[in-house]
Amino acid sequence: MKTLYQFHGGIHPPTNKTQSTQTPIRLAQLPVKLVIPLHQHVGNCAKPVVEAGDYVLKGQLIGRPDGHLSSAIHASTSGTIAAIDMQPVAHASGMADLCVTLIPDGLDKWIELAPCDDWQSLPHTELRHILRNAGVVGLGGAVFPSDMKLYAHKHKIKTLVLNGAECEPFITCDDLLMRERAGEILLGIEMMRTLLYAEEVLIGIEDNKPEAIAAMQAAVTAGGYARMEVIAVPTIYPGGGAKQLIRVLTGIEVAAGVRSTNLGVQCFNVGTAYSVWRAIRYGEPLISRVVTVTGNVAHPQNFDALIGTPMDELVAQADQLPGTTGYIMGGPMMGVLMPSMQVGMIKATNCIIASSDQLFPAAKPAVSCIRCTRCADVCPAELQPQELYWFAKAKNLDKAEDYHLFDCIECGACSYVCPSNIPLVQYYRFAKSEIWAQEAGKKAADAARERHEYRESRIEREKREKAEKLAAKEKAAQDARAQRAALAAVPETGTMPVAAENPVQQKIQAAIEHAKLQAAAAKPKNTEQLTPHQLAEIADIEARRARVRELAKDNTEE
Amino acid sequence: MTEYFLILLGAVFVNNIVLVKILGLCPFMGVSKKLEAAVGMGAATTFVLTLGSGSSYLINHYLLGPDLAYLTTLSFIVVIAGIVQFTEMAVEKTSPSLYQTLGIYLPLITTNCAVLGIPLLNVQAKHNFMESLLFGFGGSVGFTMVMVLFAGLRERMEGADVPGIFKGSAIAMVTAGLMSLAFMGFSGLIK
Amino acid sequence: MISALLVMAAIAGILGAILGFAAIKFRVEGNPLVAKIDAVLPQTQCGQCGFPGCKPYATAIAEGVADINMCPPGGEEGIQKLADLLGMEFKPFGGETKPKPKSVAVIDESTCIGCTLCIQACPVDAIVGAAKQLHTIIAAECTGCELCVPPCPVDCILMVPIAENLSNWKWKYPVYALTVSSSGNAAL
Repeated sequence: MKTLYQFHGGIHPPTNKTQSTQTPIRLAQLPVKLVIPLHQHVGNCAKPVVEAGDYVLKGQLIGRPDGHLSSAIHASTSGTIAAIDMQPVAHASGMADLCVTLIPDGLDKWIELAPCDDWQSLPHTELRHILRNAGVVGLGGAVFPSDMKLYAHKHKIKTLVLNGAECEPFITCDDLLMRERAGEILLGIEMMRTLLYAEEVLIGIEDNKPEAIAAMQAAVTAGGYARMEVIAVPTIYPGGGAKQLIRVLTGIEVAAGVRSTNLGVQCFNVGTAYSVWRAIRYGEPLISRVVTVTGNVAHPQNFDALIGTPMDELVAQADQLPGTTGYIMGGPMMGVLMPSMQVGMIKATNCIIASSDQLFPAAKPAVSCIRCTRCADVCPAELQPQELYWFAKAKNLDKAEDYHLFDCIECGACSYVCPSNIPLVQYYRFAKSEIWAQEAGKKAADAARERHEYRESRIEREKREKAEKLAAKEKAAQDARAQRAALAAVPETGTMPVAAENPVQQKIQAAIEHAKLQAAAAKPKNTEQLTPHQLAEIADIEARRARVRELAKDNTEE
Repeated sequence: MTEYFLILLGAVFVNNIVLVKILGLCPFMGVSKKLEAAVGMGAATTFVLTLGSGSSYLINHYLLGPDLAYLTTLSFIVVIAGIVQFTEMAVEKTSPSLYQTLGIYLPLITTNCAVLGIPLLNVQAKHNFMESLLFGFGGSVGFTMVMVLFAGLRERMEGADVPGIFKGSAIAMVTAGLMSLAFMGFSGLIK
Repeated sequence: MISALLVMAAIAGILGAILGFAAIKFRVEGNPLVAKIDAVLPQTQCGQCGFPGCKPYATAIAEGVADINMCPPGGEEGIQKLADLLGMEFKPFGGETKPKPKSVAVIDESTCIGCTLCIQACPVDAIVGAAKQLHTIIAAECTGCELCVPPCPVDCILMVPIAENLSNWKWKYPVYALTVSSSGNAAL
């Protein structure tokens, strides 16, 4: 039996998980349309590679990764692209983002896939390339491109932690996935282990999921995996946070500003392991995932649903009950209320809760902080939430940063226990995004300063160079005059060499003539319909330019 | 030895320059919005005040004497202004980083009545050189402590739900009054 | 009387000597404050403060020539930062200087005649173009200073406020209303 460690704080909210674990994962029906956002991952938005009206096959690339940190987006089924435009997306802001609207043809016809029986023979770069092109991202909620995380130097990563804790209430998608597809998850884990050169694998599952633990354990035994352990961890929220789970399983505390990889640990969600397996073994891109649909529905259950499925169509399949006021994506602790019921589900959608007034009564009004520090007692990041609240409220952002605001994982444990009902996490989110905006502004200002200074120095340099050139020419002219005078004094002895006889100079002359012709050919645009006043102004400018040119000529040719 | 210690302790707590003697209120209210600024102001004042009480003792004792007692205030002002100027120049040259933190507070000290008050109190109490130095140092440590405490309070008050009419300086004044009341509790600590 | 004069003269003499000596011995070239102030300014180089750029304005503030409330692009936040830095009181914008929403310049392609006047005006080289060719603005580099607007002979440059999008969206400051119960008493 492995020794387990504890992390600070944590809470025990009602889990509400059993409702949706009664039935197996059901394949969701093909929706009438799919709205697939092109930016579902951390990093740059994918670049669309299809056009409206195109016919695409299931699994065909529709958005290619743009830049180093980005991921690919694929068509979830076969059909016609209806539009590529701005649509509301599953994001807390309720704002629109670039989405591909796909009308399924009902055939669900796969594009030709490139399965790979013998993945061990492929170089690691090739495997990462496959994952990147398959759009595999972390399915635990962070949606970080997995290929980026699956890169390590030899012997750097000692422990690979698989996160099956699923600590947040209501969500059961990982639970069901582990129960039903344990074998495939383990195959994916093995791929991850190879890519990271990790020695041991620890699979952490909260002890309120005995079936999943049993299934995974059986699969480990059946597969004969060495140094792979399924560990039941105590049920406590937020035990599924990456830092928290690493702490519980290995005893390593990931300090502020340190990456767990520098301490020899890498952490992945079990769902990600499954998609890694599907992507490499079968060449299947990430176009579907398991989603828990629960809350105010008659039959809470898990669906294997296509990315882009409108949420209302998915919830309807679980028989939505009347009184539903909106959808929450994620759990009740960290989830966000969706701006509309029609938004398409994304790779990060692990759970959709149909909320109702009964399920989540309106928050009681917040009253003053009474300094009870219950928030500090439950904070899993060992912060001082009451101080952070104080500084965020006063918009004293520097101070909030000093108190390690950015170590906050926004788990909501503090808000949950607050007897004054203060929406603490909202304050932290506000302070964080305000600091980010200020940093961006600072960066832009620094860039502008640099550009301005460069321009100033360039203008200065040009002036100097011009002056130097003029001086040099003046001197040359004077010398020539002196020479001529000297020549005139001496009787003529021969002709001066003519410059034009030099072939190189001839060529230069020809090039200058050509450029002049071209410049003359270029006609100014938009000059046809101008007011007399504007024409006069332009003429004025042209005259000024001509004058300057004349002056320059005089200066140089003197 | 004990009396030196008592002078130091008394200057910090019992006769706190700001909250009991009610001197140096303008930096107390003006530079206490941010903790960093309060610490900087405190450090600068400590430096100048210790130096100031020493040199003012020397001037009073050797230059002025009892005959020219009416020149005390005038000469102290001149000396302190001179010291502040000198300190500013010296710090700017020798330690630019310290100057960055203290820089803008140094000139403010010239007009700080606590800095003039302590040398005058020294004269009044007939302190000797060592006692003057300690009283000056203790007084400025007390000043720094109160500045830091008050700045911490004011940083918290930014986020407090203060009734509209009390917002800003009003609530700061009320808080300062309460702090002053609290410090009155130290009287009787010594003797 | 004489002794009093002598004493004061002595004090003055000694202090004068010390300060004079210090002024030579501890001479510092340049003003480090300018760089600090410059770091706070928004670097739009717009000249709305009446100085030909952010650095000159910073120098003017450091020398005490200019007020701190003359930079509209910095907004009230900028004034607050300057006030904190300089240990001064916050001073609201006076008269007609008002902060505007952050904008970028956009050239109307159907009117531009390719005169290059705006290119010469841009303080941060954010306009690309050549004589008699269509010009365009690099939006990412544009500081919204509006310096290119007046020189354009055909008025083809527009200032467009930057709209909120997903990349610059911010969580809002939590505001929750105090509810009033039906009986008319405040619920709190």
